[in-house]
Amino acid sequence: MSVALELFAQQGADPTAGLTAIGRGIVYGAAAIGPGIGIGIVVGNAITAMARQPEAAGMVRTTMFLGIAFTEALALFGFVLSFIVSG
Amino acid sequence: MTTSLAQPVAGPAVEITVARDLARRAVPLAPVAIGLCAMFWGLHGALSSAYALVLVVANFVLAAALMTWAARISLAVMLGTVLAGYIVRLAVLTLAVLAVRRAGWVELVPLGLTLAVAHLTLLVWEARHVSASLAFPGLKPKG
Repeated sequence: MSVALELFAQQGADPTAGLTAIGRGIVYGAAAIGPGIGIGIVVGNAITAMARQPEAAGMVRTTMFLGIAFTEALALFGFVLSFIVSG
Repeated sequence: MTTSLAQPVAGPAVEITVARDLARRAVPLAPVAIGLCAMFWGLHGALSSAYALVLVVANFVLAAALMTWAARISLAVMLGTVLAGYIVRLAVLTLAVLAVRRAGWVELVPLGLTLAVAHLTLLVWEARHVSASLAFPGLKPKG
């Protein structure tokens, strides 16, 4: 780590820029994992419901669409946070 | 009666209807969001807020279009499309923000705030309408 910082100092580069990018990636990636799992659960259960009761597909699809969008909001928060915090 | 995973999904394309509703509701929301951002961040804030609103609506429409297309093929394709579509839409959103990040008219804070708040506000508004419609089909709310 200290060797890397020395190299950065010799070249006049800013080491925090790279670290910020890495941090931003970690925040966004971590924030996208949870909604990914959540959307999988929502869609999996909706597919089961539609396969068992095709006549209720319209209602299930409407609820599924809204459920997915609500879950996706969490990933959006992570995305927004990663940009706002790092500037 | 059950159906196979390889069969198309029966019924109308409700996702498109919901996405159209969301886009329609974004129209009265836009002046409020843009006005608030203009008040705090000036012209650049207003432009960023408008851009974020366009991204939110485009995200909903793209999700609905993908789902409707997949539902016409089969349940299994729908499952795959929704999950892959999530990744694709996040990537598109990221690229859309990265593309303008360094532009002179972009303020990241109003852009991000509008993105998150408008997404949730539109959804809560639509969910209220949908839940009332499903529970009491004869008494659909007007708003």
